[in-house]
Amino acid sequence: MDIHEYQAKKILSDFGVKIPTGGIVYSPENAENKAREIGGSKWVVKAQVHSGARGKAGGIIICNSPLEVADATDKLLGKKLITNQTGPEGKIINRIYIEEATDIKHELYLGLVFDRSSESIMVVASTEGGMSVEEISKEKPETIIRSKIEVAVGIQQFQAREIAFGLGIESKLISRAANTIIGCYKAFSELDATMVEVNPLVVSHKDEILALDCKMSFDNNAMFRRDEIAELRDKTQENSNEVYASDRGMNYVSLDGNIGNIINGAGLAMASMDMIKLAGGEPANFLDVGGGATPEKIVKAFKLISMDTKVKVILVNIFAGINRCDWVAEGIVQALSKIEIKHPLVIRLAGTNVEKGNEILKKSNINYIEASTLEDAANKAVKALG
Amino acid sequence: MSIIIHKNTKILVQGFTGKIGSFHAEEMIKYGSNVVGGVTPGKGGMTHLNLPVFNTVKEAVDQTGASTSILFVPPAFAADSAMEAADAGIKTCVAITDGIPSHDMVKIKRYMRRYPKDKKMGLVGPNCAGIISPGKSMLGIMPGHIYKEGKIGIVSRSGTLGYEAAQQLKDLEIGVSTSVGIGGDPINGSSFRDIIEKFENDDETIAVLMIGEIGGPQEVEAGQFAKKNMSKPVIAYIAGLTAPKGRVMGHAGAIVSAYGESAIEKVELLKECGVTISKNPSVMGETVKKVLVENNLN
Repeated sequence: MDIHEYQAKKILSDFGVKIPTGGIVYSPENAENKAREIGGSKWVVKAQVHSGARGKAGGIIICNSPLEVADATDKLLGKKLITNQTGPEGKIINRIYIEEATDIKHELYLGLVFDRSSESIMVVASTEGGMSVEEISKEKPETIIRSKIEVAVGIQQFQAREIAFGLGIESKLISRAANTIIGCYKAFSELDATMVEVNPLVVSHKDEILALDCKMSFDNNAMFRRDEIAELRDKTQENSNEVYASDRGMNYVSLDGNIGNIINGAGLAMASMDMIKLAGGEPANFLDVGGGATPEKIVKAFKLISMDTKVKVILVNIFAGINRCDWVAEGIVQALSKIEIKHPLVIRLAGTNVEKGNEILKKSNINYIEASTLEDAANKAVKALG
Repeated sequence: MSIIIHKNTKILVQGFTGKIGSFHAEEMIKYGSNVVGGVTPGKGGMTHLNLPVFNTVKEAVDQTGASTSILFVPPAFAADSAMEAADAGIKTCVAITDGIPSHDMVKIKRYMRRYPKDKKMGLVGPNCAGIISPGKSMLGIMPGHIYKEGKIGIVSRSGTLGYEAAQQLKDLEIGVSTSVGIGGDPINGSSFRDIIEKFENDDETIAVLMIGEIGGPQEVEAGQFAKKNMSKPVIAYIAGLTAPKGRVMGHAGAIVSAYGESAIEKVELLKECGVTISKNPSVMGETVKKVLVENNLN
């Protein structure tokens, strides 16, 4: 789960990381007042959407008066921001963060992730702040500092100091920088985060170490014990079909193609998408209804796929284990009696009681194309596109 | 021999009296697995499915001599149960539970470091289908009948894709020595490398089918291990050719975040290690058959 910049900064500030003074607003009048309240002579108006690269997309505007702040807010609110990470549909701007402008001396990069090889928390830092970590690894890989933190004891002062020295921070600011790094680590480890990225982390001309921008992601599996994080979720930043699916316990990812998929198991779902591509088609979605594929889940899955206007053909691929194909087939028949599907439907059942399952489908009055193997199913789905 | 579980392996079910635990315990017993009891704290002394229920894993191990456990405990309590199993002397614990937080998985693995290598529990999963040694024992939630007894080792992240492979092999009259589901989470108990090493050391297994997917370094690490240390052929399929970068594809671990983690990159890196690639998921069985013929192993 992702959260907004302003929410991430609030969290970091609770862990002792210094952030520029700022506030969230929902209207131009609000924005003007907030700018006056913050004071100073220069402000940054920042669109709050779940995406990086907002600056290049016009989502961050520097202003020299409270009136300009109001204008910039007016310009952004309610618009969709299209960045190189949002896809062509963009993301809606419903909240604006107003911040005092910072007089920047150096821009640095600081990120924390799980390192899956060593199964520890990895701090990644670089002197090249402002660029994405992918760009840094490509263009300035020699500037990257990596430090593995042993999670059982947590980050030590010396490790944070080493990173700070590695970033070329002046001696008098080292302990300030180390405490910033430690604060980020604590936020990561104490709140079930999966990613904390401060980019840029800046040294200001006033010798402050400030988190100027921050992205945080959290482990969805840990939300049962993180009410305070779960309530930060902003569903307006997610694809509406994906929200519909996740609220009903299904794993769904919207894609660009036109063959809708209903599959049980994440691996089989990815494999089926691959087969569609190899057969010359494009999947409209990833959908894992769960290993069980109960009739209720199948009904919900058909409902979800029928909400996607891109879909021209539907492919159902269920490998029934414990649950049995005859039971799955009944679920499909039941679903199609409730939901009208106008598109060609390809069904491939495999596993336990496959003959019985296919018999049930044949005897029902549903209009479908039967497929035997994964490959056969993908070929028939692509052919059905016409 | 098979790997990890054999005909007489004594099995405990953690989360025995719950709905899911009961259902799968029954399936395992029907298959012929030697389930000797279960653990549900607070229900010790009860009898469930004609087997004893214990309050603690320690008690259960003392009284039944169980060496192995399967875990159906809900995510919030699963890490605690896995550590309890490790402390009670369980040798292998399969965690079926889906939804254990990554921070908890790291905690379990750190906890297990306190045991010397010969006393350390092997954790398999979580979020996996479990293990089956066809004709001998089933320690998982898979449909047992799709596995034919034989000599191919299967190791897969995905449950249903592993079933797909077993079915394809069976249709070609090829059997399986043991099939291990290592699960779809980013931090897991046993890696591909851990399992293929066991297959290499198993007399009965003649070749290994590895079914991976996007995300993480484990498939490639296993390929590098195979190149250096394996005499048996390894065949692999990697799912997720069409998966977009940076998106989680169902499994929490199925996300491309670094070089070498996409399906295409993994395939290339595995080829360099001498692993035979099944070019699509429909020909996993055929590809295994071809490799067996080429190596005079059929």
